[in-house]
Amino acid sequence: MKMELGEQVSHGNTQAPLAIEARGLVKRFGETLAVDGIDISVPEGAIYGILGPNGAGKTTTLRMLLGIIDPDAGVRRVFGHDRPHEIARLIGYLPEERGLYPTMKAVEAIAFMGALRGLPLKEGRRRGHELLDRHGLGHAADKQIRHLSKGMAQTVQLLGSLVHRPRLVVFDEPFSGLDALNQGKLERMIRTLAEDGTTVIFSTHVIAHAERLCERIAIIAGGKVPFAGAVDVARDRIPPQVRLETRVPDGPWRQALPQGAQQEVAPGGSTVWHFALPPDGIEPLLRQLIASEAGILSLSIERAGLHDAFVAIAGEAAARALDSEQAEEMPS
Amino acid sequence: MTAARLSLFQAALVIARRDFVAVLFSRAFFFFLLGPLFPVAVIATAGALGGSLAETGRPVIAIAMASPDREAFIAAHEAVVPRLGSILPTIVPLDRPVRDPQAELARPGTRWTAIVSGTVQAPVLTGPAEAIEDWKGPVAIIAAQAVHGGEPLFPAVALTSVSTSTAREANGRIRTAQAAQTLMFMLTMLLAGMVLSNLVEEKSNKIIEILAAAIPIDAVFLGKLFAMLAVSLVAIAIWGAAGLGLAALAGKALLILPGPAVGWPLFFALGTAYFAMAYLLLGSIFLAVGALANTVRDVQTLSMPVTMMQLLVFFFATYALSQPGGWAELAAMAFPFSSPFAMIARAARDPHVWPHVLALAWQMLVVAMLVRGGATLFRRRVMKSGGSRVRPWAALARWRARPTGS
Repeated sequence: MKMELGEQVSHGNTQAPLAIEARGLVKRFGETLAVDGIDISVPEGAIYGILGPNGAGKTTTLRMLLGIIDPDAGVRRVFGHDRPHEIARLIGYLPEERGLYPTMKAVEAIAFMGALRGLPLKEGRRRGHELLDRHGLGHAADKQIRHLSKGMAQTVQLLGSLVHRPRLVVFDEPFSGLDALNQGKLERMIRTLAEDGTTVIFSTHVIAHAERLCERIAIIAGGKVPFAGAVDVARDRIPPQVRLETRVPDGPWRQALPQGAQQEVAPGGSTVWHFALPPDGIEPLLRQLIASEAGILSLSIERAGLHDAFVAIAGEAAARALDSEQAEEMPS
Repeated sequence: MTAARLSLFQAALVIARRDFVAVLFSRAFFFFLLGPLFPVAVIATAGALGGSLAETGRPVIAIAMASPDREAFIAAHEAVVPRLGSILPTIVPLDRPVRDPQAELARPGTRWTAIVSGTVQAPVLTGPAEAIEDWKGPVAIIAAQAVHGGEPLFPAVALTSVSTSTAREANGRIRTAQAAQTLMFMLTMLLAGMVLSNLVEEKSNKIIEILAAAIPIDAVFLGKLFAMLAVSLVAIAIWGAAGLGLAALAGKALLILPGPAVGWPLFFALGTAYFAMAYLLLGSIFLAVGALANTVRDVQTLSMPVTMMQLLVFFFATYALSQPGGWAELAAMAFPFSSPFAMIARAARDPHVWPHVLALAWQMLVVAMLVRGGATLFRRRVMKSGGSRVRPWAALARWRARPTGS
């Protein structure tokens, strides 16, 4: 099958060129099919989330996109190059398994990571000091990594992935192992990077991060991508939910409610109804309710959250796996 | 910053520089440098003990002759010692008469192993049977000198020396070849293991993925190999300087070997080049093993066959030395892993230079292929999500159990 690349994706108000484009990526490890025909398009300047439970194929996908491993089938392009190593200077990467040389000084570790991407060591050290100062770690610049706390070492590695000022940064589970304070800092850093025009891709199994940060996501489950696109489009897979509160529980107006509407009694004695927004919108229903004197106390239309969208798209099993991982991961 | 990537060698240099500095300034390297001191100390201690035991074990013969024969015998012993040296036993005069030599030898506390009694014209040697057979000749020479008196009986031999002889030169060069082979083998075995532990350490630090994402794995392998080679050369330079320093302190050369056929300067240059090749060949195999191994136990399991293979290769190269021009020498020169050892031996014996150019080119080609193979293995077997442990034997069993045919 011939793979066609060269697409543009609507990003914000413009048709942005693609930072990453992949079609039909397949990767097999022995008898295990880790990734099964994944398509991803990441516009330049976007914050793009790859969402899925552990073992879904997120890391393998990112490794293929970065050229760490080659796909068994399919094509990938990063800034139009099908060999990502050729543009290593444009890419920053934070792997899921964090690692640094324990006896290296923090600033040297940052400079070394820059040198791997073509930044001269001297310049790397200068920027390393600058970055460490900016992130409140200036005092740790000359400390060996083994003498830093886990969070500090993780920050050093993160800064090392940014020291050469890449146009694309790829973070594999960046929030993993961070406390709430540092998770917030990282979210702000990701937003700042995007504001500066850097494309950010990160994988996560915590939906809240993707929901807060991303304009576009790919949902991965079982090595496949059942959804890739704008977060709003994912949410729109589920009709908005209507919440109707009435003074009395029954009356002729009840005939107007859609079938399957759920009823509950509110603490004040009123009745609350939940049902999906009818296909023809809320206005015809509202007219009927008013005409038949339903005694409306309140009415709201709630858009589906990303979690509900994930359940609808990836299935109950994937959602349950994701929920249990999130519960383990959430900072106390 | 432009998007142009680092070349393979620039990327390898980044890795090599980091590894070189990290290893060179580590405490482990200091202790590694001290490593050879232990075998040297053991050998020196064993040598000193051996010398002391040899001195203690030297036979002592008591002279139980009546005066003046006793004095004549002792004077004769002193006269012949400069000519015959160590073949003569140590003698001790007894200042009391011994009526029964056998009883004297059986007396507790006696420190002589035999007794010479009688006269200088008719000496009687009493002692253990196997010893007196050996000593009867020297005792007879001393007795003859005692009877004759004055200057030694045998004439002085005039000496005319030449710088060398063909047969002696050939034999000497074989000694040089053997010494070079052995030294190179020991250094290779001692130093190549560092590569293995280095890569396993890298994997346990989990930094390998950062490297693999930024530069080609081939560059990581090359960088590590060359860093460790440079560290090895530093170690050899330090050991060599220490050896020369000790030799200077001792006031003599520690090792005197006949000159190699290609001359000492070229021999040293070729020795360095062949050591580098032997190191890179073995190091690239160890790197591939390191790529498969996740734990120290894996490393031990996987590296043992490589070590045994290298030992066999060394024996083969040593055997080839005894078959100049034969099939064994040709095979040893052609087989990549024995080639550096066979070729350094050839440099000691044969003055032609062109075979070395060919051999070095061939060895470099094999190193390049092994590095590429190791990198491919690494990419295929290790860089997969979840870091599942590679079990080579299980993989082999699966391969053997695979369905055959179409």
